[in-house]
Amino acid sequence: MNLMAQIRQSLIIALWFMFLTFPVLAVRVNTIEKVVEWRWPYMVYIGIGSFLISFVWRYLLARKAQGGKEERSPAPETTKDRATTALRTGATGKPIMQRLMAEPRLYRPVLIVLSLFGLAFPFLPFASTYQINIVTNALLYIMLGLGLNIVVGLAGLLHLGYVAFYAVGAYSYALLYYHFGIGFWAALPMGALFAALFGIILGFPVLRLRGDYLAIVTLGFAEITRLILENWNEFSFGPSGIAGIPRPGLFGMEMDLHQGTIYIYFLMIALCMFTIFVVNRLQNSRIGRAWVALREDEIACEAMGVDPTMAKLTAFALGSTWAGLAGVVFAAKTTFVNPASFTFLESAMILSIVVLGGMGSIVGVIIGAFILILLPEYLRAFSEYRMLLFGLIMVIMMIFRPQGIVVGIRRIYEFKKRAGKEGSP
Amino acid sequence: MEPLLDVKELTMDFGGLRALDKVGLQVFPGEVVALIGPNGAGKTTFFNCITGIYKPTGGDVFVAPPGKKRRRINGMKTHRVTAQGMARTFQNIRLFPEMTVLENVMIGRHCRSRAGVLGAILRDGATCREEKDIVDKSYAILEKMALAGEVNELAKNLSYGAQRRLEIARAMATAPFLLLLDEPAAGMNPRETDALEELIRRICTEANIAVLMIEHDMRIVMSISSRIYVLDYGRMIAAGTPAEVMENPIVIKAYLGEEDMDV
Repeated sequence: MNLMAQIRQSLIIALWFMFLTFPVLAVRVNTIEKVVEWRWPYMVYIGIGSFLISFVWRYLLARKAQGGKEERSPAPETTKDRATTALRTGATGKPIMQRLMAEPRLYRPVLIVLSLFGLAFPFLPFASTYQINIVTNALLYIMLGLGLNIVVGLAGLLHLGYVAFYAVGAYSYALLYYHFGIGFWAALPMGALFAALFGIILGFPVLRLRGDYLAIVTLGFAEITRLILENWNEFSFGPSGIAGIPRPGLFGMEMDLHQGTIYIYFLMIALCMFTIFVVNRLQNSRIGRAWVALREDEIACEAMGVDPTMAKLTAFALGSTWAGLAGVVFAAKTTFVNPASFTFLESAMILSIVVLGGMGSIVGVIIGAFILILLPEYLRAFSEYRMLLFGLIMVIMMIFRPQGIVVGIRRIYEFKKRAGKEGSP
Repeated sequence: MEPLLDVKELTMDFGGLRALDKVGLQVFPGEVVALIGPNGAGKTTFFNCITGIYKPTGGDVFVAPPGKKRRRINGMKTHRVTAQGMARTFQNIRLFPEMTVLENVMIGRHCRSRAGVLGAILRDGATCREEKDIVDKSYAILEKMALAGEVNELAKNLSYGAQRRLEIARAMATAPFLLLLDEPAAGMNPRETDALEELIRRICTEANIAVLMIEHDMRIVMSISSRIYVLDYGRMIAAGTPAEVMENPIVIKAYLGEEDMDV
């Protein structure tokens, strides 16, 4: 019965699509010979294609609705009977990724293999300068993603202008070098500091805004930054940008291009480790909890004694710091900055990494960055359809797994000793 | 004895609408005070005014935390009011649904701890001690609230009654001297209401925290409160012991209806 209805619906959709595409696909006017060509096979393809897609789509949606029900129905019991809950979550409840991450015996070997691979990667036979470069690029986006994750994933502030702080970092190194000859290592903390300051400057006016309004204001801020960089020739040399920025040095050692690339690769690995370390510690700290509480319910959060102004400003400032750091590395890596590198598309890309990977999850952001940055590089053949595929992936994700690839898990606290001593109340 | 909370002629206007009209209220140490009134009388507005969510248009709110100087707090930001020692719960439960039960309570300790960004990153000795203290105190509160079995459960997965208890636990974690409960018994069955009554009594006597609560359930109001204030159309129409209020003709007329009430 249900199946028949589904088929009927899909049939209607197929007919509708055939009707819509008829003028474009079926009719072709040959203006030279002045005849109309009827391309009926195309109609058939469209019909069959849209029927199949629609049917699969409906099937998946129906399955998702069912799955949701199954997941939700045992919820009331969970609080009553904890023993069975434990059994259930142990057996089938949690998704594989989460179980993998909760069990050190499972994730440790994976982690060791991955880090060994990461260390050996530049010296493997297939690792050309190009290969190392794109992986370095992905690492850069991991850093950006983790930084934005503080603002969007933890504090829940929808930030569409993250690229502005990336630009601040890149331009601070470029300008500091140009005017004062300051090197990479000194520019790194300064770029981060400038970006953090800009974060606070943006933070103040937008403190009262949330959701869509915040998104629009941050978007506007990023555009203003980009336009200033593009038009203020005396300051930033306009669209032609600043060239000849030195690569990071290593105790004055001379390096050729390939060695330099490897060096930046390891530099990025180190910076990513540092980022993961800091973000991980922040997540489970007093400040991190305040951010999450702010995301969950701002009024309740304030009523519990958290200063929302401080929480938001620290989130903005810390998030921007990572963008600043990444910006400095970016300037050093490409040895050239111009405003065209800091368009809205970049912000959207970083946000997509966070959303696709899973908001508030470090592992998720890393996976998201690798998927979104590396896939387009290796699928150059499809480069024309890149944005199309990108949009499609996003739509499918939002419908079937809106929480992202990896769901951020909250820290578990153990209270064995006391629970045993006092028993259940 | 000096009142913990002293509200004088509190007025709140929303444009042309006067939601609260010169409302006065006092809470003394060790008391359970109930604020009752028909729907729309302005009870929750009163809570929002004294906790700083709304800025009152007139009148004064003073708090005198035990052992500290009396302070005027109207217009003070909500989080600072909480830091003064007045914690509240909400009529429609406002937990942090995606955080665990323990973390919900730990947020309550936020204003009693001070670790900053640097401390969080470095995890120095002081930060670790503070963090441990936060966890221990929060767990102790959850034990008292009979929620110790669910510390690692997400707040959204708790049953309704447990969520209500968790809200109280979270407020308790801010180490208040006065607890403001907005309809704590709403949606509870009689057995849960009895347990709640017992809980409020314990909070009041054992933890020595005064309670000001908005409640519609007359059974719990009459049995637990030392004094009752009655609000109607933004005006305080009566105040007194449960017996006095119950016999007050104005209250019977305005709140309980013309007919005799059945309590």
